[in-house]
Amino acid sequence: MTVLAIKDLSVAFHTESGRLEALKQVSFSVAANRSVGVVGESGCGKSTLINAILGLLADNGEILSGEIIFEGDKDLARLDPTAMRGLRGQRIATVFQDPMGALNPVLSVGRQMRDIQYRSGLSKRDKDARSVAMLRKVRIPDPESRLTQFPHEFSGGMKQRIAIAMALMMEPALLIADEPTTALDATLEVATIELLKDLQRDIGCSVLFISHHLGVIAELCDEMIVMYAGEVVESGTTREIFHDARHPYTQKLLACDPARLSQRVPRLPTIAGTLPDLRRRPSGCVFQPRCDRADAQCLTTPPSAPVGGSHIAHCWHSDVPLGAMSA
Amino acid sequence: MNEDLLRVSDLRVSFRVGGLSARLAGRATEIEAVSGVSFTLQRGSTFALVGESGSGKTTLARTLNGLQPVKAGTIVFEGQELQGLSNAAMKPVRRRMPMMFQDPVGSLSPRLSVRSLLSEPFVIHGLSDRDLNAEVTRLLALVGLPRDFADRYPHQLSGGQARRVGVARAIALDPVLVVADEPTAGLDVSVQGEVLNLLNDLRDRMGLSMLIITHNLHVVRQIADRMAVMYLGRFVEQGETEAIFRAPHHPYTAALLSANPEPDPDRVHQRITLPADVPSLLARPSGCEFHTRCPQAEGRCALDVPVPASVGDSRLTCHFPLNT
Repeated sequence: MTVLAIKDLSVAFHTESGRLEALKQVSFSVAANRSVGVVGESGCGKSTLINAILGLLADNGEILSGEIIFEGDKDLARLDPTAMRGLRGQRIATVFQDPMGALNPVLSVGRQMRDIQYRSGLSKRDKDARSVAMLRKVRIPDPESRLTQFPHEFSGGMKQRIAIAMALMMEPALLIADEPTTALDATLEVATIELLKDLQRDIGCSVLFISHHLGVIAELCDEMIVMYAGEVVESGTTREIFHDARHPYTQKLLACDPARLSQRVPRLPTIAGTLPDLRRRPSGCVFQPRCDRADAQCLTTPPSAPVGGSHIAHCWHSDVPLGAMSA
Repeated sequence: MNEDLLRVSDLRVSFRVGGLSARLAGRATEIEAVSGVSFTLQRGSTFALVGESGSGKTTLARTLNGLQPVKAGTIVFEGQELQGLSNAAMKPVRRRMPMMFQDPVGSLSPRLSVRSLLSEPFVIHGLSDRDLNAEVTRLLALVGLPRDFADRYPHQLSGGQARRVGVARAIALDPVLVVADEPTAGLDVSVQGEVLNLLNDLRDRMGLSMLIITHNLHVVRQIADRMAVMYLGRFVEQGETEAIFRAPHHPYTAALLSANPEPDPDRVHQRITLPADVPSLLARPSGCEFHTRCPQAEGRCALDVPVPASVGDSRLTCHFPLNT
């Protein structure tokens, strides 16, 4: 079953200096019990994508076209605010980068976890029992006594685990995790990824995982999409993309990751050029101004070239494999 | 090249915590955020500090710059002792040892244009008689920004561009040592590469030394000659970067290196998982302070404090070092 299916989603923001197309014909889906990673650099539209799914676009934002089908029957692009409010936190939960921002500093953790269950109809005691069980699941030691504590009494890693516990409390169908490990150091980052994997299996939810850290996506996700300037440039299984990336942007992005270098190099690889102005998108392929394979046909919209299986690269030159790329 | 530019010996920095109530109740009223740190930095080399948040990296850097009082120990920079210097006496030192702060955009005043931001170091150090416009143009060229960026404001810059302005400010007065706190945190990988290339270039061209704080181990490997791993305000291991990456001796270093997520979904990880959470500085564990999380810990680790020892080129504090 497909939990989330996004089709041809385009989103624009109306700014003083003109209309800015932040997402352009984005399509992908998240199957039940699967983790899908979204990779891309700042300005690629990751946050706009999340906000569009959650119905939280800023006032000057507008969904131009497309649909966001959740659990087969609800189109989130057209859902009224009341119905949307019923889904958020219940069926669709989120974990963000900064756990301190997700927790209220003046309320005890127990109180906040009880508040989330306001729709459950349980007694206060039952709600607290569920909170304790959930904290135990995210490996907070001695959870009963910690319910009365406040967020500042927990370490950074623990705060993020509490935020995860709160997100998964209502057993959502979809968890949106936006850079949840970026603020953590390496050992805690790995522990958090392992925890998310275990919980996903336990609760049986799907995960949409947004990160610019390629290593984290490689460890956690089954499938992934690569975004550039508001467009999906490549999608496939994590294995297909990491081993056989075909879009020039993906190939360059992978090459830039210093984690790929097992020794010191005189110059780190970079991507020449800058992100295009989204108010004036380049014609044809959006990556064409920075691409060293660009030729005349790249001035027309590139095709969705199937590479094999579910792997698709949106490029005229998707026949050049990763190894053949010139540095 | 082999001259010691900076020598830090048994440095201690503490903060007061709790108030009167804590004192009356007999609880600890002081935490030692930097607790007996010693290292030397040679002219022309780059030294990296790694460790998890709260391990004391930033406090150490701020103390070197005189932004935090020294409780005990010595800091010798270019032959001059810095501990206890007044703010006025530190001013000429900061010209030689500027600091780049975390958060590329946040560390620039939002109300100043790039031109003002780049002129500021000259004004502060009484050099406003120089041709400031020429200096601004020179600095922009050095960090690879177009000349017309002088009229922009911080909010008009991307993270990478703002970081370049931060670098330009730091190198404005021909320093010898740049202290950079998380110079690439929050930047995209491709931009991170640009900033690191720029720092490496400037080091080669201007003969700069650098002290870099980061929690990204991949960055350390690309930029630092030597590195130190901090845990609860102490160096648990320090040595040559390549040697430490090849064969870490301290179990904490080994765990950090093994936890580094790599972009290969098929990689079989031999992870060293660390149990439990980081202990509080208010209640430091007995013996070796890492024993509560150490996979190798034995009975004596909870009792005896390990003394710093040399293994090869590395200095470390561990009763049972690895890879020896």
